[in-house]
Amino acid sequence: MPGITVQLPEELERIIRAYPSDKRYILAMMQDLQKQCNYLPREALEEIARHVEIPFSKVYALATFYKAFSLVPRGKYHIKVCDGTACHIKSSAVLIDQIFNAIAIRPGETSPDGMFSLETVNCIGACAIAPVMVINEKVYSKVSSAGILDVINGIRGDINDNAKSS
Amino acid sequence: MTTQNPPDNRKILVCCGTGCQASGSMDVFLAFQNQLHPEPGVTVETYAKATGCNGWCEQGPLVKILPDDITYCRVQAKHVAEIIDKTIKQGELVKKLLYRDPVTKKQVRSHHEINFYKKQHKVALRHIGEIDPASLDDYLAYDGYKALGQAFAMSPADIIDEIERSGLRGRGGAGFPTGRKWRSCAVQEASEKYLVCNGDEGDPGAFMDRSIMEGDPHTVIEGMIIGSMAIGAHKGFIYVRDEYGLAVQNLGRAIQDARANGYLGEDIMGKGWAFDIEIVRGGGAFVCGEETALMNSIEGNAGEPRDKYVYPTEKGLWGKPTIINNVETWANIPVIILAGAEKFASIGSKNSKGTKVFSLVGKVVNTGLVEVPMGTTLREIIFDIGGGILKGKAFKAVQTGGPSGGCIPAELLDLEIDFDSLTEAGSMMGSGGLIVMDEHTCMVEVARYYLHFLAGESCGKCVPCREGIDRMLEILTRICEGHGKMEDLDLLEDLSETLKAASSCALGKTATNPVLSTLRYFRPEYISHIHEKRCAAGVCRSLTTFDIIPEICTGCGLCEKNCPVQAIRGEKKEPHTISQELCIRCGDCFNRCNFGAIKVV
Repeated sequence: MPGITVQLPEELERIIRAYPSDKRYILAMMQDLQKQCNYLPREALEEIARHVEIPFSKVYALATFYKAFSLVPRGKYHIKVCDGTACHIKSSAVLIDQIFNAIAIRPGETSPDGMFSLETVNCIGACAIAPVMVINEKVYSKVSSAGILDVINGIRGDINDNAKSS
Repeated sequence: MTTQNPPDNRKILVCCGTGCQASGSMDVFLAFQNQLHPEPGVTVETYAKATGCNGWCEQGPLVKILPDDITYCRVQAKHVAEIIDKTIKQGELVKKLLYRDPVTKKQVRSHHEINFYKKQHKVALRHIGEIDPASLDDYLAYDGYKALGQAFAMSPADIIDEIERSGLRGRGGAGFPTGRKWRSCAVQEASEKYLVCNGDEGDPGAFMDRSIMEGDPHTVIEGMIIGSMAIGAHKGFIYVRDEYGLAVQNLGRAIQDARANGYLGEDIMGKGWAFDIEIVRGGGAFVCGEETALMNSIEGNAGEPRDKYVYPTEKGLWGKPTIINNVETWANIPVIILAGAEKFASIGSKNSKGTKVFSLVGKVVNTGLVEVPMGTTLREIIFDIGGGILKGKAFKAVQTGGPSGGCIPAELLDLEIDFDSLTEAGSMMGSGGLIVMDEHTCMVEVARYYLHFLAGESCGKCVPCREGIDRMLEILTRICEGHGKMEDLDLLEDLSETLKAASSCALGKTATNPVLSTLRYFRPEYISHIHEKRCAAGVCRSLTTFDIIPEICTGCGLCEKNCPVQAIRGEKKEPHTISQELCIRCGDCFNRCNFGAIKVV
């Protein structure tokens, strides 16, 4: 897109330029970017393409190949429900339905207020305490279908408290 | 922190693996740290250290006290003051935190007295839970880098001979002889060679590699250095899933410490050997566990498999000779060098030597990591070590080998498991997940689950895998929803043949195992889904209705309290009822009821 350049925030440019101009570091750049922004902004991917000197389409192909990356912003509270085998046979599918009942989002979606997003993951390696759910790095073990509502209501309470205090 | 441990000193080990951390072990660890400041009258010097995963996550957070050999289970921060007061100061036990054996009902003082540990044979996991993964000194105190010192006195050919004679086979799944792999790489003439540790543990239900990388990272590094000398490589990569945050962190720290202390770098141990390791974080693609896809991913390409007419040992990373071994394989290398090939080969079965780590999970009493000699029977693992099935229900099957493996029925519980016996049974060793299923697991739904997983993970490069898995998933979904036909079973078998013969890599070739093994051992379940429109396990929702048996229901109210949609009603101590209009068939009540009062209609 000649002529149309969106200025990339300096911190994102720094994340990218911290790596040498070699395509083997693209995965690491994307991981660091996603940790920073919660998703991969298009401008950042364009900057990677410039830095590594490969076509944008190749960068896009990588960003969409790997499951870990999101091209759309995720919610402030990102919920990962583990659907690995151990969690699955301990009814993780029910947890996903429960979340839909509570927040009306399906895996891959973000709630309209930008507060919650949901994805299923294939195993976080905590099978002995299945079923497992992770919300922003915090791991919840042996989650029950009633327990999941308590967790979500707790977060909603925090959101309301923050709204009041600010 | 000191590694010296005079008898009057006590060690408090707090497990801080992923499982125990999820149950709050970091708070316990911090509480010990805060409360163990010197106090008047306390002469014991105690320190708490964070260790890697014990594998007994179900009972976590776990706290071990040495040299007393006391194990406390499910410890919370609020218990710490009592442990210090009673056990550390007065030498008494805090009884409520001891494990109660579910069979004998006796409380046990040490985890060594528990069947779950007693019957295990730790080789790859030898240090896990004993040492502090963040401390190089700790590793050195447990014979760390001794094998490397010994390897410097050997020629590369001697090292390969030793590994070959040990009979070690790759622990990543296929069981290829490690020594032979190394030899075929060592003979290549090349300006550069590479060595890779595959830590992309993508099988759902498996976490042994995570535990080793988190709990004993130096062992992996030491194994890799020995491997580098054997094949003549100066650069190694560890490919780890980025989701394994703690593993990435502990490995990174261990690599730094090894560099700073001369175990990695230009002149290792002053012997003039140069080798260094770089961590590559994976992007969460199951197919990247396949070695050629993994190499593509390291090079910065999409992780699609390559054609395999040339082996990676000839043309691997950037076209140079490369060996790839799994985390657990690397963890075995120092042991073989130190104890000798004969000692290692004395453990295990005829063609599979040494031990194997399994992650024993699912509907079994004791879940966690289990390391046993190859050739141990499934019955010993599930019933003696695992303590049998939860809530006394009936064993139905055990799934081995992840999405590429299969389901093994009760008739084969006495199978001595090793690489070859599992393949013969229609499954495979895989990386070592053992998922126990009881009478309330639907085998058709399990097959559907794996196909759903694989459909999402197929890289899409070759047609049989990309299209075949999708079609098989469609068929299985319609059987689970009650729209299946008998011809569907033939169609599934037919499609399976095509996938096996024509897929480009092992993902597609083995994708049929979950379907074929369940068809082979659990065909009547498929037929009852199709003919009677019935799912006896109570899992397939379109085919399931739950009801309460009034004669058995005690009116305890447990199901009512936990029902997510308030579909269960009843007076206390009176039989309860389920409203079929409100019920979402989640099965929570069914799994929860302690009296077996809920039935699948």
